[in-house]
Amino acid sequence: MSKKIFMRGNEALAEAAIIAGCRYFFGYPITPQNEVPAYFAMRLPQVKGTFLQAESELAAINMVFGASAAGARVMTSSSSPGISLKQEGISYLAGAELPAVIANIMRGGPGLGNIAGAQGDYFQATKGGGHGDYRIIVLAPYSVQELADLTVLAFDLADTYRMVCMILGDGYLGQMSEPLVLPKPSSKHFDKSGWALNGAKGREPHIIRSLRLNPEHALEDLNVKLQKKYQTVAQNEIRYEEYKTDDAEYLLVGFGICSRIIKAAINGLRDKGVKAGLFRPVTLWPYPYQALQNCAKNVKKVLVVEMNAGQMVEDVRLALNGAVPVDFIGRMGGMIPEVEDIIERIESYAA
Amino acid sequence: MQLNTKNQLQENLIFTRPSSLNARPHHFCPGCGHGIVHRLLAELIDEFDIRQNIILVAPVGCGVLAYFYINVDGCEAAHGRVPAVATGLKRVHPDNIVIGYQGDGDLLAIGIAETIHAANRGENITIIFINNALYGMTGGQMAPTSLVGQKTKTSPYGRSVEEAGYPLKACELLATLAAPVFIERTSVHSIKQIIKTKKAIKKGLSNQIKGKGYSFIEVLSMCPTGWGMKPQAAVEWIETHMVPYYALGNLRDR
Repeated sequence: MSKKIFMRGNEALAEAAIIAGCRYFFGYPITPQNEVPAYFAMRLPQVKGTFLQAESELAAINMVFGASAAGARVMTSSSSPGISLKQEGISYLAGAELPAVIANIMRGGPGLGNIAGAQGDYFQATKGGGHGDYRIIVLAPYSVQELADLTVLAFDLADTYRMVCMILGDGYLGQMSEPLVLPKPSSKHFDKSGWALNGAKGREPHIIRSLRLNPEHALEDLNVKLQKKYQTVAQNEIRYEEYKTDDAEYLLVGFGICSRIIKAAINGLRDKGVKAGLFRPVTLWPYPYQALQNCAKNVKKVLVVEMNAGQMVEDVRLALNGAVPVDFIGRMGGMIPEVEDIIERIESYAA
Repeated sequence: MQLNTKNQLQENLIFTRPSSLNARPHHFCPGCGHGIVHRLLAELIDEFDIRQNIILVAPVGCGVLAYFYINVDGCEAAHGRVPAVATGLKRVHPDNIVIGYQGDGDLLAIGIAETIHAANRGENITIIFINNALYGMTGGQMAPTSLVGQKTKTSPYGRSVEEAGYPLKACELLATLAAPVFIERTSVHSIKQIIKTKKAIKKGLSNQIKGKGYSFIEVLSMCPTGWGMKPQAAVEWIETHMVPYYALGNLRDR
């Protein structure tokens, strides 16, 4: 048995990245993720890595671009407004097919918003964010343990598919401390010698670019290739959790920190004899449409709970395609849904 | 041609294409200065014998296809982010020679933060800055380096100080910083200046090879198309208009 330790979410994220072999971090201060760069600043010199506080989010994401092009495992982290600034760079990473891990410890928006945890960046993370037709893998942890585990996975996914993998947490998850067992490093090996830049020694030069001036034989070809890759990801990498769904009459759907509140509500409802269960997508892209459809087959109603105005609920409606009525509870601006409100809403369906 | 001792015809070429320069037609306009700087860079890569150690970071702008012309590992950067991308590359591979190639909009407008901070960190990289006083790739808009009174697509009545302030001087700005080891402004509008440009880039590369730190070479360069001039007139315009404002010479060499 590995030892359980007590760690803050943001620090567990950074330590897990180091376990995963990440030796380069470029970032810019923003609350509520500041413990991530601070931890890297402390730890990376100890493992002969490089921590660099960039002059901006734009510089940080483009330093990530350079380090990734050089073949290194590299990451950056930020929170909502900072992630908005990184979107151009994310599009360039997608166009150049470079792997990178990006953590978004979400805060309340829009604009400067506040520093409380929120889930208002679901659309931005899963539906694009930057320009052009591209996808990034989005992982949504709901505990400090899962945050650490998914961080190790994120590096493998990024390297496997040469694409950006985002860890979509929030300020509450980043700031809270929980016991966890530190994850083990992955045993996978990734050979980047076929594309990474390190000087053309005894080989043809490698070129990392997204510019494809010819529409017919270059840029559309690249796009077709990218879409094929995204299809493969959607086939292979869907992850989700079901909780007490076997006999559920009411299905609750939530991601990240929100699903912990939902679990508490489900336990409260079960105590009262109401059969409720949780479907929790772990990958927000690719989204588990089919698994959700299957899970909701025998339920009377679906209730989606989010810390936003209703973003993932659109994917739930897409998955269920009218087969089951879908209701929604959302709190915004850093507010957290109450267990009692969820219980009350579910009870109102039976009344 | 000359006859050798075996009475066979033998070539005796005294001017050839540098082996680091790819034999492919370039996209630059007639009279453009980019081709000259590309050639100088390729000659120096040959002379230092570092072709297999280079990573060249190309900007958004007319220089973007540099990786097609120079036979080295190449990397694109988003507009203005060459120094950031170069920083990422160099931090991972400190033994590679990382060269950033940028234009004036890229380096002094959208990318001025990256320019100043990479210089201020003293990144061990070499930045080659092509100053042609406008945005060439997008069709000739006003740049931070466009001269007062200069007519461009976006300053059709001439750059006015009231509207747009004064042209930025990159070398003088960077010379306020402690970290850079080499800062020099040259030009490619005459043979003499082309030779000086080659010397400056040579110093910039040798500084990096020795691990000395950040080197910055600004090159005044012709853009006949953007300036609406014939190539010969463009050469003269550098002498009569640009050089008086952008003084040629070294500002830092240590």
